[in-house]
Amino acid sequence: MRNALLLYLRYIAVSVRGQMQYRASFVMLAAGYFLMTGLDFAALWVLFDHFGSIQGWTLPEVALLYGLVNIAFALAESTARGFDTFGTWVKSGNFDRLLLRPRSTVLQLAGQELHLLRIGRFLQGLAVLLWSQYALEVAWTAATAALVLGAILGGVGLFIGLFILQATLAFWTTEGLEIANVLTNGGTETAQYPLVIYPRWFRCFFTYVVPLAGITYFPALAILNRADPLGSAAWMHWLSPLAGMAFLLMSLRVWSFGVRHYRSTGS
Amino acid sequence: MKAYAAVIGARFRMMLQYRAAALAGLGTQVFWGLIRMMFFTAFYNSTTAPQPMSLTDVITYIWLGQALLGMLPWIIDREMREMIRSGAVAYELVRPLDLYAFWFCRDLARRTAPTLLRAVPMFVIAGLFLGLQPPASWASAGAWALATLGALLLGASIANLLNTSMLWTVSGQGISTLMVAAVAIFSGMYVPLPFFPDWAQTVLNIMPFRGLVDVPFRLYMGHISPSEIIPLFAHQLAWTLFLIVLGRLLLALGTRRLVIQGG
Repeated sequence: MRNALLLYLRYIAVSVRGQMQYRASFVMLAAGYFLMTGLDFAALWVLFDHFGSIQGWTLPEVALLYGLVNIAFALAESTARGFDTFGTWVKSGNFDRLLLRPRSTVLQLAGQELHLLRIGRFLQGLAVLLWSQYALEVAWTAATAALVLGAILGGVGLFIGLFILQATLAFWTTEGLEIANVLTNGGTETAQYPLVIYPRWFRCFFTYVVPLAGITYFPALAILNRADPLGSAAWMHWLSPLAGMAFLLMSLRVWSFGVRHYRSTGS
Repeated sequence: MKAYAAVIGARFRMMLQYRAAALAGLGTQVFWGLIRMMFFTAFYNSTTAPQPMSLTDVITYIWLGQALLGMLPWIIDREMREMIRSGAVAYELVRPLDLYAFWFCRDLARRTAPTLLRAVPMFVIAGLFLGLQPPASWASAGAWALATLGALLLGASIANLLNTSMLWTVSGQGISTLMVAAVAIFSGMYVPLPFFPDWAQTVLNIMPFRGLVDVPFRLYMGHISPSEIIPLFAHQLAWTLFLIVLGRLLLALGTRRLVIQGG
């Protein structure tokens, strides 16, 4: 275990050095991501400025959801980059090389790249989250802090799980599929808004199948001390981030199933 | 002229090969459009105040946006990037063509072919099931077509600036991301421009970006009367010409100091 961790850190150090080679582009790109996500939030502001609220939720309240999901997604995207681009590994036959090495495939792929650029998105999510707490004057207790942290961790788990599932798909389709974006990028978009605005089938999907609601909407209800208009119990709001972790464990099972069924394309 | 037509034709045929990718893309975009639709519907349900656009118009705007997303000049041409990175761009320089015009045509085709492939099924699906309305009138449809042509030319001139910038930054991703941000918000892709506060309208009206999305879309639904097409089309063309001149200058500068990568 210790050895695996050291190896992972080693991988990360290499990746970071590599990314620092095109420095001007890196700075512009990180700033770009910050601006891009910042403008995305500005667009929300424009709409709230115009409409006031969305089914009883004000901008600072929506900002809490927004902050949680964007922080989690940025962290997951920067660590699970190897899975995100996995289609090319299968297509080129390069995955065979990973299989030959005496370390787990998950570790090697996770170590492929620590995508530093996502720091722009991460910082923006953090800024939005802090602003929302400031504007709402929420009094943080140890319990709230733990819940926020738990929600973010659960979110990271959930999104990494989605990237792993997307990668697993490549064992059968060979090509990475754009459709998987529906759940990763699309999921982030979905989770930015309160669950109440969606129709029932949509809510059920993002609560029970891909438990996105468990890492944003339910913890947010607990933090804001709101009752759920949909009628879920209060204790559930505190435990719901665990669903994200459960999702990750499930994806890892699916991944090892996929690896067993892998057939190389190489010659 | 014949050479440029051939460039466009070849690119077109190449892009039309990727049918499976187009299908997957279509699924993704239907999903995105659905989220936007639910989101705006919820907003309209939370208020009784009069809005600058009706919900029906906003929904049409959303689906037009999803159908024509590929037209926007925000993704860097990967092949171009590889060319500059590997040094193959040297071959581009020795071709007996005007480099700027060559890249312009290449980009025009690169963004038109996949858009066509995606827009046609999108119009059918969204038109039948998801609330996309037909153009307000024949005149509106005509004005929309003209403004879409203007948007394509404008888009190609912006994209060519992006391409040229890679001669300096090599990776090109940085500036392209900045451009995504600018295009997404100022064109109306995120939020239709009429929702912006009054003080922002003046700035939005001057900037080139509204010509990419907001102007053609609102002409389509008759939110802007077709009689206003002439100044709007002129605005698109003026910016296109300005960006072409700027792009040519930059390209001339860039090729003079170009270092070919690779041995």
